[in-house]
Amino acid sequence: MQVEFTVNGKKASLDLPPNTLLVQALREKMALTGTHVGCDTAQCGACTVLLNGRAVKSCNMLLAQAAGAEITTIEGLAEADGTLHPMQAAFKECHGLQCGFCTTGMVMSAVDLCTHHPKADEAEIRELLEGNICRCTGYQNIVRAVLQGQAAMASA
Amino acid sequence: MGASDFSKLPHIGESVLRKEDYRFLTGAGNYTDDINLANQAYAVFVRSPHAHATITSIDLADAKAMPGVVGIFTGKDIEGKMGGLPCGWLINNPDGTPMKEPMHPILAIGKVRYVGDHVAMVVADTLEQARNAAEAVVVDYDTLPAVVRVSDAAKATALHAEAPNNQCYKWTLGDKAQVEAAFAKAAHVTKLDLVNNRLIPNAIEPRAAIGSYSRANDDYTLYVSNQNPHVERLLMTAFVLSLPEHKVRVIAPDVGGGFGSKIYLYAEDVCLTWASKQLNRNIKWTAERSESFVSDAHGRDHVSHAEMAMDKDGKFLAMRVHTDANLGAYLSTFSTAIPTILYATLLAGQYATPQIYVEVDAWFTNTAPVDAYRGAGRPEATYLLERLVSRCGWEMGLGQDEIRKRNFITTFPYQTPVALQYDVGDYHALMDKAQALADVAGYAQRVAASKANGLLRGIGYSSYIEACGLAPSNIAGALGARAGLFECGEVRVHPTGSVTVFTGSHSHGQGHETTFAQVVAARLGIAVDAVDVVHGDTGRVPFGMGTYGSRSISVGGAAIMKALDKIETKAKKIAAHLMEATDADVEFANGEFTIKGTDKKVTFGQVALTAYVPHNYPLDKLEPGLNETAFYDPTNFTFPAGTYICEVEIDAATGTTRVDRFTAVDDFGTIINPMIVEGQVHGGLVQGIGQALMENCVYDPETGQLLTGSFMDYTMPRADDFPTFKLDTVCTPCTHNPLGTKGCGEAGAIGSPPAVINAVLDALKGQGVTEFDMPASPGRVWQAIQSAKA
Repeated sequence: MQVEFTVNGKKASLDLPPNTLLVQALREKMALTGTHVGCDTAQCGACTVLLNGRAVKSCNMLLAQAAGAEITTIEGLAEADGTLHPMQAAFKECHGLQCGFCTTGMVMSAVDLCTHHPKADEAEIRELLEGNICRCTGYQNIVRAVLQGQAAMASA
Repeated sequence: MGASDFSKLPHIGESVLRKEDYRFLTGAGNYTDDINLANQAYAVFVRSPHAHATITSIDLADAKAMPGVVGIFTGKDIEGKMGGLPCGWLINNPDGTPMKEPMHPILAIGKVRYVGDHVAMVVADTLEQARNAAEAVVVDYDTLPAVVRVSDAAKATALHAEAPNNQCYKWTLGDKAQVEAAFAKAAHVTKLDLVNNRLIPNAIEPRAAIGSYSRANDDYTLYVSNQNPHVERLLMTAFVLSLPEHKVRVIAPDVGGGFGSKIYLYAEDVCLTWASKQLNRNIKWTAERSESFVSDAHGRDHVSHAEMAMDKDGKFLAMRVHTDANLGAYLSTFSTAIPTILYATLLAGQYATPQIYVEVDAWFTNTAPVDAYRGAGRPEATYLLERLVSRCGWEMGLGQDEIRKRNFITTFPYQTPVALQYDVGDYHALMDKAQALADVAGYAQRVAASKANGLLRGIGYSSYIEACGLAPSNIAGALGARAGLFECGEVRVHPTGSVTVFTGSHSHGQGHETTFAQVVAARLGIAVDAVDVVHGDTGRVPFGMGTYGSRSISVGGAAIMKALDKIETKAKKIAAHLMEATDADVEFANGEFTIKGTDKKVTFGQVALTAYVPHNYPLDKLEPGLNETAFYDPTNFTFPAGTYICEVEIDAATGTTRVDRFTAVDDFGTIINPMIVEGQVHGGLVQGIGQALMENCVYDPETGQLLTGSFMDYTMPRADDFPTFKLDTVCTPCTHNPLGTKGCGEAGAIGSPPAVINAVLDALKGQGVTEFDMPASPGRVWQAIQSAKA
């Protein structure tokens, strides 16, 4: 089936079987491999992207459900000249990543979190990150990064 | 250069932001599943649904007729044509006979021995076609009784003909007679039974591999999510496929976490490599998470009994331990070393216990193979010892701190009764700093505050030691290792003075691209950005042993230091020529070569250029170029140590247990990048506290089915399960490597579980609970309270 949508600001039209997952379309058809797959039960959050500005797990929805939507993946977050988004920069400055695999989904969730909960405190941030699993960092520096990214996004 | 001079160099001890982060943060990381090759097919593995069964028939007719199928392989295709997956560590029984080492075929031959055992590999043009065809493979099984617990293993149906009672080996360490004599004189003996629960590693990147064969060159490339590509290649070529090593290149690109589980040579890696030639196709496989749960090597799974003999003042006289270790259905790459060499040798801990005797029985069961997982034997030793020591304190009427302080080793080097010699440490300093940072003085007030809220508060201590920097090859060899444990480093200075470093260490989150660059930049007096680090490719890096056992900086970093020594020696000769001086008069610091007492000076950049444009150059005495390789084989293990203090709050009505405060003070020797070291500790703590509070791999004891086979069933630690940790360090530099480093990757996972459970037991004292096994999940804690009441 033909699905038209916008990915990182560019219009796309894909003709794929109706059972194609959004993450498959992004990774396999559009070579946007920054969106990762870490589980098969929609638990880990490595595949998180923004759909019309809200974080969604792209392993858990069909491409067809994204018809007409605006999708932002990790590849679309930095500025055109490569300058990192404030949340990406905060993750780097706070050492909020180690192996990098969960990171892309974590950053997308963090952007959603801070957009919709701009005043979330540490405890709330920890709770709001429930949908993303990281096995490396112990979360402490992720939480620090989200707080810093939140402040940077507010002042941006 | 020695450790003391090294630690004073610029960039050493500086939290340099990570060079690798930009690509990870922008989605430009290159993990194995992100790679796609031309002519690529997809593999799906047909796995056993039974824990133990005879394969009576495999019917491939329907599957082969499915669209897109390129090939299907079963045990029949490989039987007699290749070896099994090798075990890298030989353990002998007390009578000198070797351990039982049954064949571990890459596809099951006649029998399956655990749920997830690999039965067939289906290859098709697309992943969907491969999945569909795999479902059409018809395997008939005759099921056999399964065993999952070590306590049941001896009487269970044999997994392997070679081991009729399912025992792989018995192994002992220490002087039994001396220990018994000491126990006979003891004023008090503290006894403890405990279980170290089985864990599933769960790196967030599932295992993945692409087997690729070039008919034109008759060579292979294996892309694989792996921690040690040279070891992977050596094991696969020499022991399984009998291929010449130079015909196989193994590339481990960006790897999304390992924690031990990606050290091993897995059946899938070999199948893909072998079949790529059979089918003349590049073949990709990526594990689904459910597949990872059943097929990645698991961790821990010990059942132990321990006893400590003390004098009337609580001084330890002797300890004896018996451990049953679950090895799973087959021997994974280093599985046999974990409950022996990496476990029993650590049972002295930080204490001057004069005599220790350890007996280990290792068993085959119908479960996934068990191997090293973050800490690998050392968490098991620490959990046992630190639980036992706190209990000793409680039984002797001494505080958890006091019992430890009375028994700390205070003079170094210290020879333990269990083979290791600690080079250096300061255990009292660690304890003192941890107690201050944890505000132990305010503990009584916090107990009262919890009580006012209807909650029970407890405090738990753990003073761990680990042996890292694996390992002196000759010692490891004498202990059964079938490999060397050195590391390589190549420093390639480019004509314009920038540097590429090639290391056998492998970074899968540890930040080597930054830390190793700091080492080189510090030594050569150049910018950190002028140094790039290459790892993870047998086609580019000299033979190296990879990353595990917190060895990268202490062994891999030391190899780079040795290569830098050679660079410096040669560069001084070039500089001497340029300054018309003798080699011995040249001094090198901050990137400049000078002659003492003169104003002569040349920069490192000038020397580099001269090495490659040797117009004014002593060509009669010196080769052009500035490129040096070194191998470093450590002379001893390193011994990071620390004291961890945990406070928990428990709601007795629900069993809900919350870690309220956690303090970790570690001695890692020299620290190159404190930011990265702290990150390693945070991650280790969450894995260790995760084991203590929530993680638990459960097999059905009757059927051998994995009951915790997804993130819905196996509780992974999440951000809201933890407080903010308090960290600090003490530094006693390692005495025998040129950096003074000890390694920090596993400490958190080693030290934290007993601190948590000691805190749980402390909190539950008033409830009559004296025994408790991990994890402290609400149901288990509530049940313990109810059982104590009954």
